[in-house]
Amino acid sequence: MTTQKVEMADLAVGTEIGSRTLEISRADLVKYAGASGDFNPIHWNERFAREVELPGVIAHGMFTMGAAVQLVTDWIGDPGAVLSYGTRFTKPVPVADLDGAPGAVVEVVGVVGALDAEAGTARVDLTVTLDGQKVLMKAQATVRVT
Amino acid sequence: MTINPELQGRSYALGEPYSVGRESIRDFARAVKATHAAHFDVSAAHALGHADLVAPPTYAIIVAQRADALLINDSDSGIDFSRVVHAEQRFTHHRPIVAGDELLAALHVDTVRAMGGGAMITTRAEISTVDGVAVATTVSAILVRGEGQ
Repeated sequence: MTTQKVEMADLAVGTEIGSRTLEISRADLVKYAGASGDFNPIHWNERFAREVELPGVIAHGMFTMGAAVQLVTDWIGDPGAVLSYGTRFTKPVPVADLDGAPGAVVEVVGVVGALDAEAGTARVDLTVTLDGQKVLMKAQATVRVT
Repeated sequence: MTINPELQGRSYALGEPYSVGRESIRDFARAVKATHAAHFDVSAAHALGHADLVAPPTYAIIVAQRADALLINDSDSGIDFSRVVHAEQRFTHHRPIVAGDELLAALHVDTVRAMGGGAMITTRAEISTVDGVAVATTVSAILVRGEGQ
Protein backbone atom coordinates (compact mmCIF):
# COMPACT_ATOMS: atom_id res chain seq x y z
CA MET A 1 0.00 0.00 0.00
CA THR A 2 1.27 3.44 -0.90
CA THR A 3 1.95 5.90 1.90
CA GLN A 4 2.78 8.82 -0.33
CA LYS A 5 0.36 11.70 0.14
CA VAL A 6 -1.81 12.68 -2.81
CA GLU A 7 -1.28 16.38 -3.62
CA MET A 8 -3.60 18.47 -5.76
CA ALA A 9 -0.61 19.91 -7.67
CA ASP A 10 0.35 16.43 -8.86
CA LEU A 11 -3.07 15.66 -10.28
CA ALA A 12 -4.47 16.29 -13.72
CA VAL A 13 -7.69 15.22 -15.36
CA GLY A 14 -6.95 11.91 -17.04
CA THR A 15 -4.34 10.77 -14.48
CA GLU A 16 -4.78 7.06 -13.83
CA ILE A 17 -4.83 6.28 -10.10
CA GLY A 18 -4.42 2.54 -10.57
CA SER A 19 -6.23 -0.64 -11.43
CA ARG A 20 -7.30 -3.80 -9.69
CA THR A 21 -8.62 -7.25 -10.57
CA LEU A 22 -11.46 -8.60 -8.44
CA GLU A 23 -11.80 -12.35 -8.34
CA ILE A 24 -15.30 -13.18 -7.10
CA SER A 25 -16.44 -16.55 -5.80
CA ARG A 26 -19.75 -17.80 -4.41
CA ALA A 27 -18.14 -17.66 -0.94
CA ASP A 28 -17.55 -13.91 -1.42
CA LEU A 29 -21.28 -13.41 -2.03
CA VAL A 30 -22.20 -15.38 1.08
CA LYS A 31 -19.70 -13.33 3.07
CA TYR A 32 -21.13 -10.09 1.67
CA ALA A 33 -24.69 -11.22 2.43
CA GLY A 34 -23.72 -11.86 6.05
CA ALA A 35 -21.81 -8.61 6.51
CA SER A 36 -24.43 -6.42 4.83
CA GLY A 37 -27.64 -8.15 5.88
CA ASP A 38 -28.77 -8.49 2.23
CA PHE A 39 -29.93 -12.12 2.05
CA ASN A 40 -31.86 -11.92 -1.23
CA PRO A 41 -31.64 -15.55 -2.48
CA ILE A 42 -30.76 -14.40 -6.03
CA HIS A 43 -27.24 -13.90 -4.61
CA TRP A 44 -26.77 -17.46 -3.32
CA ASN A 45 -29.51 -19.81 -4.59
CA GLU A 46 -29.09 -20.91 -8.23
CA ARG A 47 -32.53 -22.55 -8.48
CA PHE A 48 -34.24 -19.48 -7.06
CA ALA A 49 -32.29 -17.10 -9.31
CA ARG A 50 -33.37 -19.04 -12.43
CA GLU A 51 -36.97 -19.17 -11.25
CA VAL A 52 -37.05 -15.37 -11.27
CA GLU A 53 -35.62 -15.32 -14.80
CA LEU A 54 -32.00 -14.43 -13.99
CA PRO A 55 -29.07 -16.15 -15.74
CA GLY A 56 -28.05 -17.70 -12.41
CA VAL A 57 -26.66 -16.45 -9.10
CA ILE A 58 -25.53 -12.85 -9.52
CA ALA A 59 -23.31 -10.70 -7.31
CA HIS A 60 -24.95 -8.04 -5.15
CA GLY A 61 -24.61 -4.77 -7.06
CA MET A 62 -23.47 -3.35 -3.74
CA PHE A 63 -20.72 -5.95 -3.51
CA THR A 64 -19.29 -4.83 -6.85
CA MET A 65 -19.75 -1.15 -5.99
CA GLY A 66 -18.20 -1.61 -2.54
CA ALA A 67 -15.24 -3.63 -3.77
CA ALA A 68 -14.51 -1.28 -6.70
CA VAL A 69 -14.11 1.81 -4.48
CA GLN A 70 -11.24 0.26 -2.51
CA LEU A 71 -8.96 1.40 -5.31
CA VAL A 72 -9.92 4.99 -4.41
CA THR A 73 -9.63 4.49 -0.65
CA ASP A 74 -6.14 3.01 -0.91
CA TRP A 75 -5.01 5.72 -3.31
CA ILE A 76 -6.21 8.66 -1.20
CA GLY A 77 -5.01 6.98 2.00
CA ASP A 78 -8.04 7.68 4.19
CA PRO A 79 -11.48 6.02 3.88
CA GLY A 80 -12.93 9.15 5.51
CA ALA A 81 -11.79 11.26 2.55
CA VAL A 82 -14.43 9.72 0.25
CA LEU A 83 -17.11 12.43 0.32
CA SER A 84 -19.54 10.93 -2.16
CA TYR A 85 -19.81 7.88 -4.37
CA GLY A 86 -22.47 6.85 -6.83
CA THR A 87 -23.13 4.50 -9.71
CA ARG A 88 -25.74 2.94 -11.96
CA PHE A 89 -25.87 -0.83 -12.18
CA THR A 90 -26.09 -1.63 -15.86
CA LYS A 91 -25.37 -5.35 -16.14
CA PRO A 92 -25.58 -8.16 -13.61
CA VAL A 93 -22.39 -10.02 -12.65
CA PRO A 94 -23.17 -13.76 -12.81
CA VAL A 95 -20.90 -15.73 -10.47
CA ALA A 96 -20.36 -19.33 -11.52
CA ASP A 97 -20.12 -22.12 -8.95
CA LEU A 98 -16.57 -23.33 -9.55
CA ASP A 99 -14.25 -25.18 -7.21
CA GLY A 100 -10.82 -23.61 -6.84
CA ALA A 101 -11.37 -20.95 -9.51
CA PRO A 102 -13.06 -17.55 -9.37
CA GLY A 103 -16.68 -17.57 -10.58
CA ALA A 104 -16.24 -14.11 -12.10
CA VAL A 105 -13.32 -11.76 -12.73
CA VAL A 106 -14.05 -8.04 -12.70
CA GLU A 107 -11.53 -5.38 -13.73
CA VAL A 108 -11.46 -1.94 -12.09
CA VAL A 109 -9.56 1.09 -13.45
CA GLY A 110 -9.63 4.54 -11.84
CA VAL A 111 -8.94 7.83 -13.62
CA VAL A 112 -9.14 11.41 -12.33
CA GLY A 113 -12.29 12.75 -14.01
CA ALA A 114 -12.46 16.27 -12.56
CA LEU A 115 -10.61 18.57 -10.15
CA ASP A 116 -11.99 21.37 -8.01
CA ALA A 117 -9.01 23.25 -6.56
CA GLU A 118 -11.21 25.68 -4.64
CA ALA A 119 -13.16 22.91 -2.89
CA GLY A 120 -10.01 20.77 -2.59
CA THR A 121 -11.71 17.79 -4.17
CA ALA A 122 -11.06 15.37 -7.00
CA ARG A 123 -13.53 13.16 -8.81
CA VAL A 124 -12.34 9.68 -9.65
CA ASP A 125 -14.15 7.87 -12.45
CA LEU A 126 -14.10 4.10 -12.16
CA THR A 127 -14.40 1.79 -15.15
CA VAL A 128 -15.65 -1.56 -13.92
CA THR A 129 -15.88 -4.35 -16.48
CA LEU A 130 -16.69 -8.05 -16.78
CA ASP A 131 -15.41 -9.70 -19.96
CA GLY A 132 -14.84 -6.24 -21.43
CA GLN A 133 -18.40 -5.02 -20.77
CA LYS A 134 -19.21 -2.30 -18.25
CA VAL A 135 -21.18 -3.53 -15.25
CA LEU A 136 -21.22 -0.14 -13.51
CA MET A 137 -22.09 3.07 -15.35
CA LYS A 138 -20.96 6.51 -14.16
CA ALA A 139 -19.20 5.03 -11.14
CA GLN A 140 -17.75 8.22 -9.64
CA ALA A 141 -16.25 8.99 -6.25
CA THR A 142 -15.44 12.48 -5.00
CA VAL A 143 -12.56 12.66 -2.53
CA ARG A 144 -11.07 15.40 -0.37
CA VAL A 145 -7.51 15.95 -1.48
CA THR A 146 -6.31 18.63 0.95
CA MET B 1 -49.53 -7.62 -7.95
CA THR B 2 -48.85 -4.06 -9.08
CA ILE B 3 -46.89 -1.36 -7.31
CA ASN B 4 -48.98 1.02 -5.29
CA PRO B 5 -48.48 4.49 -6.91
CA GLU B 6 -49.47 6.14 -3.63
CA LEU B 7 -46.13 5.07 -2.14
CA GLN B 8 -44.61 8.27 -3.55
CA GLY B 9 -44.18 10.85 -0.79
CA ARG B 10 -44.33 8.34 2.03
CA SER B 11 -41.75 8.35 4.82
CA TYR B 12 -40.59 5.68 7.21
CA ALA B 13 -38.39 5.95 10.30
CA LEU B 14 -36.02 3.30 11.56
CA GLY B 15 -37.38 2.57 15.03
CA GLU B 16 -34.25 1.18 16.65
CA PRO B 17 -30.85 2.87 16.29
CA TYR B 18 -28.23 0.83 14.43
CA SER B 19 -25.15 0.42 16.64
CA VAL B 20 -21.96 0.50 14.59
CA GLY B 21 -19.51 -1.93 16.17
CA ARG B 22 -15.83 -2.53 15.44
CA GLU B 23 -16.41 -6.14 14.41
CA SER B 24 -19.21 -5.09 12.06
CA ILE B 25 -16.85 -2.61 10.36
CA ARG B 26 -14.12 -5.27 10.13
CA ASP B 27 -16.55 -7.87 8.73
CA PHE B 28 -17.96 -5.45 6.15
CA ALA B 29 -14.46 -4.33 5.15
CA ARG B 30 -13.37 -7.94 4.61
CA ALA B 31 -16.57 -8.62 2.65
CA VAL B 32 -15.79 -5.83 0.16
CA LYS B 33 -12.12 -6.88 0.04
CA ALA B 34 -10.97 -3.66 1.73
CA THR B 35 -7.52 -3.75 3.26
CA HIS B 36 -7.01 -0.20 4.55
CA ALA B 37 -5.67 -0.30 8.13
CA ALA B 38 -8.20 2.33 9.34
CA HIS B 39 -10.97 -0.32 9.01
CA PHE B 40 -9.14 -2.81 11.23
CA ASP B 41 -6.64 -1.11 13.54
CA VAL B 42 -7.87 1.51 16.03
CA SER B 43 -4.45 3.19 16.29
CA ALA B 44 -4.31 3.54 12.48
CA ALA B 45 -7.75 5.19 12.56
CA HIS B 46 -6.59 7.52 15.36
CA ALA B 47 -3.50 8.45 13.36
CA LEU B 48 -5.82 9.76 10.61
CA GLY B 49 -7.77 11.80 13.15
CA HIS B 50 -10.79 9.51 13.46
CA ALA B 51 -12.40 8.70 16.81
CA ASP B 52 -12.46 4.95 16.10
CA LEU B 53 -12.41 2.43 13.22
CA VAL B 54 -13.68 4.04 10.00
CA ALA B 55 -16.35 2.30 7.92
CA PRO B 56 -15.78 1.66 4.19
CA PRO B 57 -17.46 4.19 1.84
CA THR B 58 -20.50 1.96 1.15
CA TYR B 59 -21.09 0.78 4.73
CA ALA B 60 -24.14 3.09 5.09
CA ILE B 61 -26.00 0.68 2.79
CA ILE B 62 -26.62 -1.54 5.83
CA VAL B 63 -28.67 1.18 7.48
CA ALA B 64 -30.21 2.34 4.18
CA GLN B 65 -31.40 -1.17 3.28
CA ARG B 66 -32.88 -1.66 6.75
CA ALA B 67 -34.85 1.50 6.10
CA ASP B 68 -35.76 0.30 2.57
CA ALA B 69 -37.09 -2.91 4.12
CA LEU B 70 -39.71 -0.88 5.98
CA LEU B 71 -41.10 0.14 2.58
CA ILE B 72 -40.66 -3.24 0.84
CA ASN B 73 -42.34 -5.08 3.73
CA ASP B 74 -45.16 -2.54 4.01
CA SER B 75 -48.23 -4.74 3.46
CA ASP B 76 -49.78 -2.49 0.81
CA SER B 77 -46.59 -1.64 -1.15
CA GLY B 78 -47.09 -4.42 -3.73
CA ILE B 79 -43.31 -4.99 -3.92
CA ASP B 80 -42.11 -8.59 -4.41
CA PHE B 81 -38.57 -8.56 -2.94
CA SER B 82 -37.49 -11.47 -5.16
CA ARG B 83 -38.13 -9.28 -8.22
CA VAL B 84 -36.20 -6.27 -6.92
CA VAL B 85 -33.09 -5.28 -8.86
CA HIS B 86 -30.80 -2.50 -7.71
CA ALA B 87 -30.61 0.10 -10.49
CA GLU B 88 -28.71 3.03 -9.00
CA GLN B 89 -27.02 3.99 -5.73
CA ARG B 90 -25.45 7.16 -4.37
CA PHE B 91 -23.81 8.00 -1.04
CA THR B 92 -23.10 11.48 0.24
CA HIS B 93 -21.12 11.47 3.46
CA HIS B 94 -21.56 14.44 5.77
CA ARG B 95 -18.95 12.88 8.03
CA PRO B 96 -17.34 9.42 8.12
CA ILE B 97 -19.13 6.61 9.95
CA VAL B 98 -17.01 5.33 12.84
CA ALA B 99 -17.35 2.53 15.38
CA GLY B 100 -19.46 3.63 18.31
CA ASP B 101 -21.98 5.54 16.17
CA GLU B 102 -25.66 5.03 16.97
CA LEU B 103 -27.45 5.68 13.68
CA LEU B 104 -31.05 6.44 12.82
CA ALA B 105 -32.56 6.74 9.36
CA ALA B 106 -35.54 8.55 7.90
CA LEU B 107 -36.56 7.00 4.58
CA HIS B 108 -38.35 9.08 1.96
CA VAL B 109 -40.00 7.59 -1.12
CA ASP B 110 -39.11 10.32 -3.63
CA THR B 111 -40.48 8.86 -6.87
CA VAL B 112 -42.51 5.89 -8.09
CA ARG B 113 -42.58 5.44 -11.86
CA ALA B 114 -44.49 2.60 -13.55
CA MET B 115 -42.34 0.68 -16.08
CA GLY B 116 -44.04 -2.06 -18.03
CA GLY B 117 -45.58 -4.37 -15.47
CA GLY B 118 -43.12 -3.18 -12.83
CA ALA B 119 -41.88 0.09 -11.40
CA MET B 120 -38.77 2.16 -10.69
CA ILE B 121 -38.76 3.43 -7.12
CA THR B 122 -36.32 6.04 -5.80
CA THR B 123 -35.78 6.22 -2.06
CA ARG B 124 -33.62 8.56 0.01
CA ALA B 125 -32.37 7.70 3.47
CA GLU B 126 -31.25 10.56 5.70
CA ILE B 127 -28.92 8.93 8.19
CA SER B 128 -28.08 10.74 11.42
CA THR B 129 -26.78 10.01 14.88
CA VAL B 130 -29.29 9.59 17.70
CA ASP B 131 -28.23 13.13 18.71
CA GLY B 132 -29.43 14.47 15.36
CA VAL B 133 -26.04 15.02 13.68
CA ALA B 134 -26.31 14.40 9.91
CA VAL B 135 -24.01 11.54 8.87
CA ALA B 136 -24.96 10.44 5.36
CA THR B 137 -27.59 10.77 2.66
CA THR B 138 -28.13 7.71 0.51
CA VAL B 139 -30.26 7.58 -2.64
CA SER B 140 -31.30 4.24 -4.13
CA ALA B 141 -33.22 3.44 -7.28
CA ILE B 142 -34.72 -0.03 -7.31
CA LEU B 143 -36.42 -1.67 -10.25
CA VAL B 144 -39.24 -4.01 -9.37
CA ARG B 145 -39.43 -6.29 -12.41
CA GLY B 146 -42.85 -7.13 -13.72
CA GLU B 147 -43.59 -10.63 -15.10
CA GLY B 148 -41.36 -11.36 -18.10
CA GLN B 149 -39.05 -8.36 -17.38
